Amino acid sequence: MADIILQNVSKDFGSFRAVDGVNLTINSGELFSFLGPSGCGKTTLLRMIAGFEIPSDGSIMLGQTEITDQAPYKREVNTIFQNYSLFPHMNLYDNVAFGLRVKKVAKAEIRDRVHEMLKLVKMEDQAQKFPNQISGGQKQRIAIARALINKPRVLLLDEPLAALDLKLRQHMLIELMNIHDAVGITFIYVTHDQSEAMSISDRLAVMNKGRIVQSGPPDDIYERPASIFSAYFIGDTNMIRGEVTAVHEDYLELNCPDGEGNYFDIDSCFQDAPEVGEHIMLSLRPEKIAISRKKPKEQDDINFVKGQIEDILYLGTHTQYIVRVGQLKFRVFSQHKRVYFDDEAPDWEEEVWLFWHDSDTWQIDFKESDILEAEELDEVSGMRRYLKRGKS
Amino acid sequence: MQPLRTKLFKGMNLTVFSLVMVFLYIPILILIIFSFNDARIVTGWQGFTLKYYKQLFQNRTIQEAFWNTMLIAGLSTLISTALGILTALGLENKRFTGRKGVLALIYTPLMMPDILMGVSLALLFNFTRVNTGMFTVLIAHITFCISYTAIVIQSRLEGFDYSLVEAAADLGARPSYIFWKIKFPLMMPGIIAAALLSFTLSIDDFIITFFTSGRGFDTLPIYVEGTIRRGTITTINSLSTLMIGFTLLLVVLTKRVRKIIISAM
Repeated sequence: MADIILQNVSKDFGSFRAVDGVNLTINSGELFSFLGPSGCGKTTLLRMIAGFEIPSDGSIMLGQTEITDQAPYKREVNTIFQNYSLFPHMNLYDNVAFGLRVKKVAKAEIRDRVHEMLKLVKMEDQAQKFPNQISGGQKQRIAIARALINKPRVLLLDEPLAALDLKLRQHMLIELMNIHDAVGITFIYVTHDQSEAMSISDRLAVMNKGRIVQSGPPDDIYERPASIFSAYFIGDTNMIRGEVTAVHEDYLELNCPDGEGNYFDIDSCFQDAPEVGEHIMLSLRPEKIAISRKKPKEQDDINFVKGQIEDILYLGTHTQYIVRVGQLKFRVFSQHKRVYFDDEAPDWEEEVWLFWHDSDTWQIDFKESDILEAEELDEVSGMRRYLKRGKS
Repeated sequence: MQPLRTKLFKGMNLTVFSLVMVFLYIPILILIIFSFNDARIVTGWQGFTLKYYKQLFQNRTIQEAFWNTMLIAGLSTLISTALGILTALGLENKRFTGRKGVLALIYTPLMMPDILMGVSLALLFNFTRVNTGMFTVLIAHITFCISYTAIVIQSRLEGFDYSLVEAAADLGARPSYIFWKIKFPLMMPGIIAAALLSFTLSIDDFIITFFTSGRGFDTLPIYVEGTIRRGTITTINSLSTLMIGFTLLLVVLTKRVRKIIISAM
């Protein structure tokens, strides 16, 4: 069952279009995230669902009722604000009780429900404190209790963990998921942090420039990004350009230029059927690539490329190699599992083989105009140069 | 070993500080001591007495002036604070076209000399043939207090976190409920500061009151001036001592009163 239906929703601020024709259905009980860089319109979209902004165009449905122009205080929707916005002149008990007092609920019931809520967020022994006497994580819990006590149909969370430090953020993320499971209502979560969105969401929408670029379950978006933007915004990726030389039922054969006049052949999966001779863009996630000094045994479904190590970054959980193949630079994440390799980890300037399963290369939608955007997201300059060269 | 310059500055700091304290508080101290002095004129210590305090409480004119002062201060504080709140709320809307003009009009009286304000008000009352007395003094006091109350409350509102209003609306509160439960309580410290300021300003205003009171309506400052002019300083000493005591009490109480009012909201 659908809880929130957005139909062609747009919002203009003067001449700036913050949200541009968004269509989306969010299911009841779902934990849905809007993910995108700052200024992509995700917060504006959330504020329109909450009622703080009125859409310039389109409609918003909450279940069966249209709420497009409804005042915020009439909506069965509650919000967790980025800075929590606890009322500083009220103690935590009164903060949590606020929504019920507005609705003139009987005193005894208020007491029971406030205690129940404080228990849910593990703050029952601090009810008499004031907001300035508790930590950021605790404020967060009170904000959640204050919103959930109203039994909203939908809970909106606007970058709720942005103000917390890393450890606490990871901890609160798990708590949020537990609370979501416990109350079972729809959560709509806004964040610019891809790891947060990936770990918490049932489904997510990647946004850019006021539009939804791609929506779906996190693993779907990660494994099969639809565009350069999704591929770069969620995780890291390598872009490979190639000419289709043969089309098979479930894979393509491609001939790829390395920018120095040489070519290498690879196989790839595809999303829409390309024709022989067509130039397409492929995405290959850095962790899918294996790296070795020795050439591995030939296999039908494995792609091989030979390159030279240009840079090595030790990152604790894994090592990032930048491997040069002609003018191309491949980014490779290699975990420190020596059991897979019979030799020592490769060193600077060494010749290495890169190999990966051909189903790990994925064709993405590609427009020349996307390149500029990808540049902003990618910090490996070689890729940038290559993409630019590919343009001319 | 400290450099010579630091030492010099340290010495200077202490000297300046001491001089300021001496000029500020010695006269007040002398005044307090001499209010207990058994002499008609300030000549020297003639022995301890409380008779001037007794005279103070027997003097009808002083008492009348005292109650006049309190009445004017109380009423003008109440009215100017209320108007100050409304002005500040009106000025909140940044898109209001006349905002800058209104702000300038509010700030101007702060910089205008009192005498100008007094004379112009006197002329106004004369021109409109309003009988001077309690009413005109009250009008005058409200007029000059509004500037202070509006500015104090407005500057407090400047830092107001409007996401609290959104949070309250989100939790189902209507605009009027939000005003009385969220906004007004958070404005309270500013309102109390504004009220105290206008109360003190009203109590010790002399110049504007002098021009707008006419005959027969004396506040304490007017009475004090008149008495000193006639040369009897003794009751004035004791009156001033009481006023100092009252001021000190107010300073001590302010913090507590503020806390009590805020926690009661």
